[in-house]
Amino acid sequence: MNLATTYMGIELRNPLVASASPLSQTVDGIRRLEEAGVGAVVLYSLFEEELRREAELFSVLGTAGTESFAEALTYMPEEVDGADAARRYVSLIERAREAVDIPLIGSLNGVTPTGWTRYARAIEAAGASAIELNVYDVPGDPKITGADVEARHLDVVRRVLDTVEIPVAVKLSPYYSSLGAMATRLASAGVDGLVLFNRFLQPQIDPESLSVAARIDLSTPADQRLPMTWIAILRGRVGASLAASGGVETGADLACYLLAGADVVMSTSALLRHGRDHAGVLLSGLVEWMQAKELASLDDVRGLMSVEREPDPETRRRAGYVGMLEAAKQTFTGL
Amino acid sequence: MDGNEAAASVAYRLNEICCIYPITPSSPMAELADQWSSERRANVWGTVPTVVEMQSEGGAAGALHGSLQAGALATTFTASQGLLLMLPNMFKIAGELTPTVFHVAARSLAAQGLSIFGDHSDVMAARGTGFALLASDSVQEAHDLALVAQAATLRSRVPFIHFFDGFRTSHELNTIEPLSDDDLRALVPEELVHDHRARALSPDRPFIRGTAQNPDTYFQSRETVNPFYAAAPGIVQEAMDALAARVGRGYSLVSYHGHPEADRVLVLAGSGAVTARRTVERMVAGGERVGAVQVRLLRPFPARALLDALPATARRVAVLDRTKEPGSEAEPLFLDVVSALGEAHTDGERDLPLVTGGRYGLSSKEFTPAMVAGIFQELAAERPRRRFTVGILDDVGGTSIAVGSDFDIEPAGTVRAVFFGLGSDGTVGANKNTIKILGDAGLFAQGYFVYDSKKSGSQTVSHLRFGGEAIEAPYLVSGASFVGCHQFGLLGAVDVLGRAAPGATLLLDCPDEPDEVWDALPLTVQKQVLAKGIQIYAIDASRVAREAGLPGRTNTVLQTCFFALSGVLPRDDAIARIKDAIEHTYARRGADVVERNNAAVDSALAALHPVEVPGRLTSAEHDMRPPVPDSAPEFVRLVTGAMLAGRGDELPVSALPVDGTYPSGTAAYEKRNISDFVAVWDPDTCIQCGSCSFVCPHSVIRSRFYEPARLEGAPDGFRSAPLDARGLPDARFTLQVYVEDCTGCALCVEACPVQNPAVPGRKAINLEEREPIVAAERDRTAFFETLPVNDRSRVDYASVRGAQFLQPLFEFSGACAGCGETPYVKLLSQLFGERLMVANATGCSSIYGGNLPTTPWTSNAAGRGPAWSNSLFEDNAEFGLGFRLTADAHVGLARERLAALRAELNGDGLVDEVLEAPQVTDTELQTQRARVDELKQRLDGLPGPAAADLRSVVDHLVRRSVWIVGGDGWAYDIGSGGLDHVLASGLDVNVLVLDTEVYSNTGGQMSKATPLGAVAKFATAGKHVPKKDLALQAIAYGSVYVARVAMGADQHQTLRALREAEAYPGPSLVIAYSHCIAHGIDMQKGLDQQHRAVSSGYWPLMRYDPVVRDEGGNPFLLDSPRPRISLAEYTKSELRFRSLARTNPAEAERLAAAAQLAVDQRWQVYEEMATRGPERFQPDTRRTSA
Repeated sequence: MNLATTYMGIELRNPLVASASPLSQTVDGIRRLEEAGVGAVVLYSLFEEELRREAELFSVLGTAGTESFAEALTYMPEEVDGADAARRYVSLIERAREAVDIPLIGSLNGVTPTGWTRYARAIEAAGASAIELNVYDVPGDPKITGADVEARHLDVVRRVLDTVEIPVAVKLSPYYSSLGAMATRLASAGVDGLVLFNRFLQPQIDPESLSVAARIDLSTPADQRLPMTWIAILRGRVGASLAASGGVETGADLACYLLAGADVVMSTSALLRHGRDHAGVLLSGLVEWMQAKELASLDDVRGLMSVEREPDPETRRRAGYVGMLEAAKQTFTGL
Repeated sequence: MDGNEAAASVAYRLNEICCIYPITPSSPMAELADQWSSERRANVWGTVPTVVEMQSEGGAAGALHGSLQAGALATTFTASQGLLLMLPNMFKIAGELTPTVFHVAARSLAAQGLSIFGDHSDVMAARGTGFALLASDSVQEAHDLALVAQAATLRSRVPFIHFFDGFRTSHELNTIEPLSDDDLRALVPEELVHDHRARALSPDRPFIRGTAQNPDTYFQSRETVNPFYAAAPGIVQEAMDALAARVGRGYSLVSYHGHPEADRVLVLAGSGAVTARRTVERMVAGGERVGAVQVRLLRPFPARALLDALPATARRVAVLDRTKEPGSEAEPLFLDVVSALGEAHTDGERDLPLVTGGRYGLSSKEFTPAMVAGIFQELAAERPRRRFTVGILDDVGGTSIAVGSDFDIEPAGTVRAVFFGLGSDGTVGANKNTIKILGDAGLFAQGYFVYDSKKSGSQTVSHLRFGGEAIEAPYLVSGASFVGCHQFGLLGAVDVLGRAAPGATLLLDCPDEPDEVWDALPLTVQKQVLAKGIQIYAIDASRVAREAGLPGRTNTVLQTCFFALSGVLPRDDAIARIKDAIEHTYARRGADVVERNNAAVDSALAALHPVEVPGRLTSAEHDMRPPVPDSAPEFVRLVTGAMLAGRGDELPVSALPVDGTYPSGTAAYEKRNISDFVAVWDPDTCIQCGSCSFVCPHSVIRSRFYEPARLEGAPDGFRSAPLDARGLPDARFTLQVYVEDCTGCALCVEACPVQNPAVPGRKAINLEEREPIVAAERDRTAFFETLPVNDRSRVDYASVRGAQFLQPLFEFSGACAGCGETPYVKLLSQLFGERLMVANATGCSSIYGGNLPTTPWTSNAAGRGPAWSNSLFEDNAEFGLGFRLTADAHVGLARERLAALRAELNGDGLVDEVLEAPQVTDTELQTQRARVDELKQRLDGLPGPAAADLRSVVDHLVRRSVWIVGGDGWAYDIGSGGLDHVLASGLDVNVLVLDTEVYSNTGGQMSKATPLGAVAKFATAGKHVPKKDLALQAIAYGSVYVARVAMGADQHQTLRALREAEAYPGPSLVIAYSHCIAHGIDMQKGLDQQHRAVSSGYWPLMRYDPVVRDEGGNPFLLDSPRPRISLAEYTKSELRFRSLARTNPAEAERLAAAAQLAVDQRWQVYEEMATRGPERFQPDTRRTSA
């Protein structure tokens, strides 16, 4: 079955995209993702903050003990402190570009305005087919308003759009006060794709060691609901491609996202959990489902269950909500 | 540019191959060559030189010889013992008339002690090789004559040593005019290169070179080269003239400076000649008829040029040698000059002047204008000393001449400045930057930096000169118009104002308010300020830096103040240039970092205050600290103390030991207080496990248990807890931190396994500010020392918990804070210290273990402790084997004599017991010690030669523990052959390899222990060969006990391995993971890294015990579990692994994958070995039972 599709105007052999993860840290890893069948790969994120921390670390550790002892005025070769911190990332794109045929999407998490544009330019120059902006930050300052946050994000996106010519996607947080409005504004600004949603790694307190531990939990099918809801809502209402991200475990999950209206579906957790070859399982599951439903192409599937296809979407949304509450009451009665 | 770079820049561009090996002070030349090669920088003929690091200088010379014979242009860079290791090849290279230039940063040779500093001992030791010797006197000359040497060697076919003074020239920053590639090509045309290649070995036109010759022809053959040597001086002069024609800088083989009709003349070579000729200029201007002859070509000795240069009017000539040849009639240059003059006189050419010979400047001893003037004064005496020294006080031989203290010849326009700082505070780096700024601004600038011998908390003194004309002053700054004291505490320890001129400006980094600064100054400093009329400015640079968001970065702040106060540049111009430098340095770390640095510059000036000098002394009660306590032994007070206070130059010859023998345990007198944060014990949280004390690199954490009554008289706050041990219900336990010696490395905190449940993040030992507690802790430490050291027989030191009660006999070394080596060394001293003999390879451990002024090896209350010595770098295993051979011989002798004296000494069977007692366990050894003590008493007064003989060796009847200690540079590279041979000897020696996986002491160069994929100097592109498995090599003999340990992963296994190794009656090899500052790690996390190294399988813990095989078991014990993390989990925290990913990501990925594979494969091999039957291991064939 032909699963070919487009995402932000880029042709993909199928709608399964490996999202940013440790699986794409090496050329070999990317090649194996291609072999496993994915339609495109979003590379692991380039974090400007990490580069700066690394530069600081290199500076501190690379100069520790220097100019103190006559026999060893330095301890590291000269180049160590002079190298470009983004070189590794750029090189990965360059080499992966040579090694695979599927589109590669760079992922960028900036901090400073110059950082966003400088690294976006570098990612484009290295040969990425598109850039995904990972506008991940936790506005922990209680004085910052939602409007401030949105304005800052829009500013970043505009700067990058002005800088590069390749398509630009934004990986969204679900926590905007009005996600739909924000999505619309982003799309109006010229963003080519919206990825729903970014996963926020939240710290956990370890009661044993009395320390704060960073924990990474892989997503589960339960995590599909929020992105699926918003994909269904946004389908056909914003002029940007939609990518669903979160909780894809089976071919059926893939189908659900497509039914909701996703152009592509991203997967990380399942590939980490089951290995890269699970991509093949997801895709064949999708094909089997389509065959069982006698759906001939993705166009028949995509958006079939989106809100725009609903004659009275408001009614459905309220009904769904009320119905869910009713079901919950019954489920938990007697507990 | 410094002298090393100046020489290397030319050498690199004019060669195809560089065969290198690190040795101070020449290492930077090799490092630069390696760096340029890895950057693919081409030589003047468009090819990128190949740079290859060898296993030793001997290896480098061999590879070089081969390269030359095969037709390449090849060079090397070396110094000192390195040059000596090249001597055999040098005779060959010269004998075969092979052009090459060795660039040598001339350095002292190890004799009564090693010295890394500069003199001509090494190059003079090579003067018989047939190499030409060409001496440069300055940074510019090291650049120019490097070219002259290369041009001359290719024309003359005589190989050259081109040398310049180690440190004084090799490490002096100065403004020079660089030579272009065209300049180089002009003097070294390609035809010369082609001629060299045409003489090379080639199967296409075969011949034999390197024959063995018989009495019939060897002699004549040796004489065949004479015409080449005769022609060489002329060829060198031609090259010098060609250079002059091209760039305008003229040189002569021998040049004369001074009065055309001088009656007194000095003759010398090297940087001292600069001082001599500038002094002569001044003296001639003052009406004196003096002169200086500078000899640049020392071999082939240009007698004609010397005679031509030396004025016929000279009646008194002093020839100065920067070397010492004990037992010789005089030093070499003197003999050459006398010989030339004598022959000229015999030929009737000239009258013979009176010629005297002097030694100066050994080991970078200062050589100043005052000394030059002093020599001229001596020459004017009625009967000048025929042999003399200058720059020291020789009250034994009476050789030293008097030198006046004030003789300032420096031009008025030269600004002189000195800066006192600590290695860690960035003072030197900022000053180097200042020199660059001033150089860019068109000024001439000179910088020379003096470091002490400590690797932690080291003091630095920067000597800077700036001016509108070239600076020719190769001696330390005195009469400074600006003194920067970047650490207020130094005012109380060293003579900061001794180098200040009257009216000088003193810049103080001082936390006190401006109106409190004066009272904070020590009395001596106040006196100096008043006497010299010094103006003081103060700034709290730490606060300015902190407020700018750059805590601890005071260097930029103080640099700004220097420019503002010194006026060497217009203030605005200076600040703009500082900011340019900041932009250049910090741009890649983000605009905000640049902004913070700029903010620090801007706020520096606002925070800089003049200090009002009240014109009277106010610190009557508060003066400089004595360097050692008054209670210290006389030698320590008079000699060690003088060295510590920076007055070592004043010590007379009579004060110093004649044979390099120094007392143990002097580090304990030097309370350095180098860390603002120190370890503090929390007795309530502590479980008394001993981990903190076990890992402490500086032996500052001590534990004792004692009766409660001992607490009587304890000072307030003395910490004590009930001892947590069975069988001693009432005993108390104290863990005392020697806070004045603590370096704040925090390894103890990391090693502590318990958490304070009430305070997150707090453990049973924590870092706290030193200043508020130091006085009280000093008293507590003194009280702690009154508690008895616990009896070895009452502690179970098979456990880490028990080992903490053993007294360390290695303490307070100057190793890096958090050193990964010293915990092992300390443990050796705790376990075997009373019987320990240590042969220590040159390297970090010989420096922190034996570099004056103070040494950490010490003795216990009984006066016993480790006997330590360092021979060389390459011979350490053999050196230690010699200890064993002697011990065995003297044990044999003692046993024979004892048996012969049985009738007189046996009494209740003592002799039989002494002869038959086992000596493996500590109890057995203690008992034997008691028996030998009793034996000595019985021997006392016993007449006869046998008794006297026995007395001289009786101590050997207690088994000695011989340990051969060194780093991986020794064990894997330069000493590899010797180590292998010693391990194969079957004799009872123990080898401890402190494996930092690089040459740590010389700054982190690759060794064969460097891991695959790691970046190191000489492996800038990443090491592409896996680390040698020394353990497997040793196991192959079947008779060697082998262990690989990492105390950060398993303290108990380390303890066990060291004890088993020592008890094993044969060779033992313990390879110890030693984290190192050269790994590019947070040293506080060094133990964590050890843990990761083991957890990843990179450093599998193992023991191989031949005794187990003899007993029918598997001798290969794998002590660490299967890898639980990937290699990347281990390597990710270390710059040495991460940096390649920045410079060459593809190669980094490739090597990382290969390294993981190597780890996996080795683990499989080890696992297989751990499960084999004993019959599949080589038996210990030394024993018949095997």
